[in-house]
Order: sequence, then structure tokens, then C-alpha cells
Amino acid sequence: MLLLLFRRILLGLVTVCIVSLIIFAGVEILPGDACTQYLGEYQADDELLTQCRKDLDLNRPAFDRFAEWAGGAVTGDLGLAVDGKTKISTIVGDRLQNSLLLALCAMSVGVPLALLLGVITGLWRDRLPDLIASTLAIFAMTIPEFVSATLLILVFSIWLGWLPGIVLTSASAPAAEFFPEILLPMIVLSLVMCAHIMRMVRSSVIEVMASDYVQMATLKGVPYWPTVFRHALPSALLPAINVVALTIAWLLGGVVVIEVVFNYPGLGRLMIDSISDRDLPVVQSIALIVASVYVCVNLAADLLTMLANPKLRTMYMRK
Amino acid sequence: MTTQPFISVNGLSVGYTSRTGKIIRVLRNVSLEINRGESVGLVGESGSGKSTLALAAMGYFKRGLRPLSGDVHFDSVDMLALDRDELQAIRGGRLALIPQNSGQSLTPTMRIGQQLTEALRLHSNLDAGQFSDRVVELLTQVRLPDPAKLVSRYPHELSGGQQQRVAIAMALAGEPDALLLDEPTTGLDVTTQAHILELLRDLARDRNMAMLYVSHDLGAISRVCDQVVVMYAGEAVLTGTTRQVLLAPRHPYAHGLLTSIPRLDQTRMPMALDGRPPMPGEAITGCAFADRCALADNKCLTEAPEMVGLSSGELVRCFKSDMIDRMPVPSRQPSRLNRPDDKTGDTALDLRDVAISYARDNWLRTVLSPADGGPPATVDNIGISIEKGETLGLVGESGSGKSTILKAIAGLISPKRGHIMLHGQTALTPRVEDRPAVNLRQIQMIFQNPDDSLNPRHAVAQILAQPLQLYFGLSGDALHEASVSMLERVRLGAHYLDRLPSQLSGGEKQRVAIARAFAAEPEIVLCDEVTSALDVSVQAAVLDLLDELKTQQGTTYIFVSHDLAVVKAISDRVAVLYQGRLCEIGSAEAVYTAPFHPYTDVLLGAVLEPDPDVAPKLIADDVVELSPPARGCPFQRRCSRKLGTICDSEMPPARQLRAGHVINCHIPADEL
Repeated sequence: MLLLLFRRILLGLVTVCIVSLIIFAGVEILPGDACTQYLGEYQADDELLTQCRKDLDLNRPAFDRFAEWAGGAVTGDLGLAVDGKTKISTIVGDRLQNSLLLALCAMSVGVPLALLLGVITGLWRDRLPDLIASTLAIFAMTIPEFVSATLLILVFSIWLGWLPGIVLTSASAPAAEFFPEILLPMIVLSLVMCAHIMRMVRSSVIEVMASDYVQMATLKGVPYWPTVFRHALPSALLPAINVVALTIAWLLGGVVVIEVVFNYPGLGRLMIDSISDRDLPVVQSIALIVASVYVCVNLAADLLTMLANPKLRTMYMRK
Repeated sequence: MTTQPFISVNGLSVGYTSRTGKIIRVLRNVSLEINRGESVGLVGESGSGKSTLALAAMGYFKRGLRPLSGDVHFDSVDMLALDRDELQAIRGGRLALIPQNSGQSLTPTMRIGQQLTEALRLHSNLDAGQFSDRVVELLTQVRLPDPAKLVSRYPHELSGGQQQRVAIAMALAGEPDALLLDEPTTGLDVTTQAHILELLRDLARDRNMAMLYVSHDLGAISRVCDQVVVMYAGEAVLTGTTRQVLLAPRHPYAHGLLTSIPRLDQTRMPMALDGRPPMPGEAITGCAFADRCALADNKCLTEAPEMVGLSSGELVRCFKSDMIDRMPVPSRQPSRLNRPDDKTGDTALDLRDVAISYARDNWLRTVLSPADGGPPATVDNIGISIEKGETLGLVGESGSGKSTILKAIAGLISPKRGHIMLHGQTALTPRVEDRPAVNLRQIQMIFQNPDDSLNPRHAVAQILAQPLQLYFGLSGDALHEASVSMLERVRLGAHYLDRLPSQLSGGEKQRVAIARAFAAEPEIVLCDEVTSALDVSVQAAVLDLLDELKTQQGTTYIFVSHDLAVVKAISDRVAVLYQGRLCEIGSAEAVYTAPFHPYTDVLLGAVLEPDPDVAPKLIADDVVELSPPARGCPFQRRCSRKLGTICDSEMPPARQLRAGHVINCHIPADEL
């Protein structure tokens, strides 16, 4: 068990290292550098450019700079943004907090709802509750997020006037101030993730309910609901762990469209802004953080699956 | 009240509504009676409706199925009229089921103790505090070792035999008056099966239970049942005492079924029952068995026979039941040992001191514990030379390494040590990826389950085209002709070319798999339990086909099976394996007669013959060993004739008995 844990963590670290190398190299081979961007219209002035590169230490070999950047990243120091003053860790830190807040809210609604709907549609397969929920899920999955987001803004904030349609709070504000502005983006996100997880759980429940051991439980005289809760669900919900993990990773790094539509100051929007500003150090840092989140969340999901699945657990524990 | 049988099924029909709105009947007007203390066997091929009938006796119907007419009574209670709560009280309580595959019927996420406690909570009057003692008592009753430890185990940590015992213990938890057994020993090793059946016999006698025993295995039925009902195409066709049905069957189908079973005491191929049973919903005019019956005449084809009583007491659904004596009986074919023309004296394949291990070298483990030499190899010291045109049978229980050896020959797993020599001179490359095409063509493999080995999305034409294109570069008309001729050689017609595997029966699928192997014109064909997933009547036909192809082509077979009678029927020589080590090898005749290796003795003693007068002898316990012992004789831990420490410490010597008959044992040859 320990051996396996050790190996998985090692593998995760290697993955993050390789990703960071790729990110660094990718930025490096782009034409131009931080100075040509920062100086903008003055860049024709060779003297300024040379001075700037000297200030920013861009003349050293790429490998040295990678080593310094990576070394800093390990200790949480991501260096300075391209303006040479702001610490990246402060900008990114605020945004990461906001992204976490949104992800947490969306999950706390989306995951339980998805599990509940998945189980209900699986048990009442092909009957009315299933038909309604499954149809809605297909809509939620196929309608692009920006369309559903715009529709919700139209309905809830423009027609009904119940919820604010746009986030105006500043990026560094404490979490409490994001309410109720966060509610609409949260609803859109939970809808999308809920649909994915629900469909997975539904097919898993259907498969397990048709299994030999559920039939056996019925023939042993176990009443219906205990059969469902004790015999079927522990197996049926196992595959949900990995889907939920993927969704979490997606929430923390990839909800660019939603953040832009609602003007939500999260990581995704910072990424877009930094790319258009060519603030390459920030882009690098975000990419590194998102990669680390993916690795961590997947590692956690695999470990959780292993603990929750008796077959895997005994395989690694009793050796 | 006293005249009413304990379990009675009366004129029961069960069916479902097809997509076209037609009602398809899978059980047709079946009646059955079981009294307390009586055990009734339900026999038939897959699809004959026997499991449906057993579940119907519990008032249970699989999704889609429903009762159409008739009734089911259990102790004078109408099971089909009960509501859900009333059914729950009876199921698992007074009427318990022992399922076919306990590995899949025990809930994987619940510990053994939890599952048994659940049954006790539902169906016993005990206080919660008494549960854990009772659980241990139940596990002891089904003769499971170390029950106190077992309660905290999960089902997957148990062997197949142990899982089956847990299922039996769970059924006993409700103190049942009647047991329904749905193929309870199918898929278990012979020794395990024999032990489980003894246990069931004892339990039934002690508790005076009524038992309904569903099986396709007439050997198991003969051991456990007093009465037998033979099912065919959803109907009961013959009912009688076990002795009547097994020794002098009065229905042509039962007769055919019995002659299709290979027997240990006969050196002949079993006789195939041609054709296949009608599918549910297929229009049947006359007798359902008529088109497969040697006795059928015009009346049989047009008029459906009724169940009639015979003077000897059986009930039979046949117009010709007095003519069964005129049914063809298998001619006493000469044993293949007397057919020297099969042999050429050339070596086809030579296994030289082969050892195979599944344990992978793990660098991390090597670093952490370098002193540990690793577990003993799964297969070790295998030296066998196979002649051209010979059939070598490999027998042993699960875990004996027989399939592993086949995989190594096929190149699917690399031996740790030793060589596999083709024609006795060219060493085969360990990995199949590196083998030259000619070697790939020369060695073909047929797998146990054609459902898994045939691509479900490829039509038969595509399946057969692959070897023909790959090895012979055929295309167009030549390819079509070759495919058709292959199909004809496995006794299927050209109209099968555009069928998908899902449109074929089990036997037809296996024929296609055989055709695919033979399309490569192989020299050596590896058969891995090729008949184990088939019904007995179909099995006989497949064995017959394999034998015929071999005679035509002089092919060499390596035939792996856990069924000793099947191996005896088809093999020239037989090797007995235990824990990946060779125990005994010799001509089929020599291995199946004394002197025996102690393990061969155990195996043969446990075989159940479809004959009520033959009782199995149980010599060794059915312990499952997970890995071979590091030193000494592989069978040391289960041997009843163990000599002493020499068996633990030293490899047994190879004792040469007659020409080519070798037994690896410390016991001197004249005492074996």
C-alpha cells in the first residue's frame, strides 16, 4: 500500500516536472519576449530593450532561468509579473481563491444533485422521472455554456430581477462579498457537471441492479430499499469518484467561458487576460497551477477509489 | 393438506411479449411435484427453461418474463398470488436459493459476516447478540475452515468452492424447508464439486428438505437426486426416478443426451446429438424434438405428443417410447491408441525444462528486498515431447498451470527458463510479436469461450478471411471459395458467411472458431477448454469434428480440459498437472488405470458418472492452494499417501512404469 502510494506520488511529481518544462519551453520559443511586449511601441529603441533584458535577467541561458523559476515555484514564489513590480503569487493567489470558491459552490450543489438524479433515473429506468431528467440532461450537455448562461441572465436578472447578472466585486475581495453575484455562474456550472455525472451514475445503477448479486439479494428476501442501499449503491457509485474528480479539475482550471460571460475574477479569466496582454510569466504560472491541480485531484480520486473498493483495498493492504 | 405435495407446479407457462407484440413462451405447460425429503433434478440444455422454472418456484421472474397460465404452490401457499412483503418473508427463509455462480451472486462490497447476518436478521428469531455466534456455526456447518476469520473477508478473497459454501450457509441461515439449486457446482473443480454435493446430500437428509436441483450435469444429478425431470424446449419430456432416467431413458432426447456424455469407463468418442433445439417462439408443429430424432415419423412431425404415464411409472412425452431400444447406440470405435496411422514418429513440439512465472520483476521491490528470491514459478520443470499427429491431453484443477503452458507455446507469455522447440530443432521465439509468420501459421489456438474470442462486430466471412489473407494472400473469388470450403469442413454451410457471432448458437460459434484455426493449415492446434462452455450434446459434436479434422490433416493437438472423461475420449497421451508441475504422463489408457499418481487417484475418484450406482470416492480435501510449495513434491500438502519429510524436501523422482508411462512420486513404482 505504502509502496503504491509512494509510486503514485512520484509519478505525479514527474508529470508536473515534465509539464513545467513544456510550459517553459513553449513560452521560450514564442517570437519576442517579455521586454518586447512590455516596451511595446518603444521597442524599436535597442538601448531600452537591452536595459530591460538586463533588468529582467533575460540574457542568462534558458536553462538557468528555468532552474530559478522552477525552484521558486516549489517554494511558492512565482516571480514577478511582466511589469516588474507585482508579485505573481498575489495576483494568482486571489484568483485561485475565487476559482476555488466558485468550484466549491458549484460542486456542493451539483454533485449531490447529480448522484440523486442518477440513482433515481437508474432505478426508474424508462419511466417518467427518467425520461424527464435524461432529456433535460441532454439539453444541459449540448447547449453551449455561453448560451445557457446568457439565457439565465435574461430570465433571472433582466426579466425577474432576482439575481445580479454580472460580478462587480473586485478580485481581492473576501469570499462573503461574492454573494449573491456568484449564484448565477454557480447554477450554470452545476447544471453542466450535474448532467455528465448523472448520466454516468444512471448507467452504472442500471448495470448493478441487473447483476446476479442484486437478484440474489431479492431472492434472499431482502426488501427493495435495503437491497438498493446496501447491495447495489456501494458498487454503483464507485465509478462516480473518477468522473467527479475530472469535473473538479475542470472547474478549477477550465471554466474560461463562464468567467468571461459573468465577469467573474477567477483563474480562467486571468489566463485569458494575461494571454492577450502577453504577460508570459503569469501565463506560465497559471498553466503550472492547473497542471498540478489535475495531477493532485486525479491522485486523490485514485486513492479514494482504492479505499472504497474492497477488491483493490484488500489487494494492496493484506500483502 | 397431507396429500398436497410440498412444492407443486401445475401447468405453468411463462413468457414475454416480443417487440412485434407476439407472446413468446419459454416454459410451456410444465408440471412438477416435490415432497419433503425428496430431491428432484431438472435436466436440459441451455435455453430449455430449467432456470426459469426454478426461479418461478420462488415466485420470481426475470425482467420482462411473466407467468401466462398455471400455478405454483409452496406448502399450499399460492406463490403467484403473494404480494411483495409476503414473498420477502418466504424467500431466503423457508424457501432458499443456492445460485449458480456464487462469485457473482455474493455482494462484492459486503463482508461475508455482514451478508450472513443480514439473512439472519431477516429470517431468524435470534437476538442481535446471538448473530455472530450463529454465523460462525453456519460457516462451520458447511465445513469452511477458520470461520471466525472468514466473517471479515470479502467474497473475492475466497476460492470458488468456498464462495459456494458461503452461499449454502446463507441459504441455511433461514432454516429452510426447501432448497432450490441453480447449477450450484457448475464451474467448480471436480474434487470441489464432489465435496459440495456430498455436503448437500448430508444437509438434505439431516433437515428433511425438499430440493429442486437444476443442472445440465447428469453426473451431479445422479449423485443428489431421487427423481429427474428432463426438459426440452420449455417442456418437460420425461419424468422418472433417477435410476429409470439415467439407466433406461424412455425418451429419445434423454437417450441422446446420455450417449453424448463421454464416460471414464469407455474408450470411445461420445455420440453427437445433431441439430439444435427450437428457439423460444419458433413455430413448432408436432413434437419439438422431431427434427433431431432418429425415430421420428410423419405423426411426430404433425401431432404434438402429450405427457403419458408408462406402466413402469415414468411420464413421457413421446409416441415412440416403446421403440427406444431401436435407437442407434454408439459403435465401439477402436480406441485411438489402436490407430497407429495417426502417429508418424516425428516430433512436433518439444518442451524442454520449461518454467513460467507470472510474477513481474519490479525494480522498486528488488531495491527494497533484494534477498527475497521471489515466489516459486507458476509452472516449473515441464519436459514433454509431442509427436506429430498425436493428441496430448493436459488435465488438472484450476491453477494447475495447464492453460499457462498453452499460452507459453502460443507466445502469449514468455517462459522464465527452458525452450519450446518446434519439430524438435527450431527454438520458438518466446514472444508472439517476434515470431516469423510461418511459425504463427503453424501454431493455432482455439479458446474456451467463442463469445470472447470472436469479434462480435465481424461477420463469419471476415473472421475466416483474416487467416486466409494473412497467411495465403487470398482475395476475391479464391478467398470466398476457401472460406466456403472451411465452413463446409466444420459442417456449416455457405449461408453462414454473412452472419454475426451473436446470430449463432454456442456450438456454431465454436465451429467458426475451429474453422478460423484450421484455415491457417496449422500443424499444431492448442485447444483451451474448447468444449467447457458448451452443452453436452454440442460438446460431443465438437469433439467429433476435432477428431475428424485431425484424421484428415494429421494435425497435432494439445487439448486442455478439467473434464477427465473428455480428455480420455480424445487424447492419445495424457499429462496430469498439479500446481504447474508434472505428476504423471503416459498413454490415455495407462494414466486412467492403476497404478496411479496419488493426485491422479484423487481426480479420478471425484469424477461423477451419470450412473446412480457409481459413488465418487473422496480421498483428499478440496483445499485450494494459491502457490506451489517452494521445495519438494507439489502435492505434498494434500497427499493422503505422503511418506514423510522426503516429500517436503526433495523433488520426487520420475518413475518409469511401462513404455512412456512416467509417475513423479517418492512412492516406489510397485506400491503405487
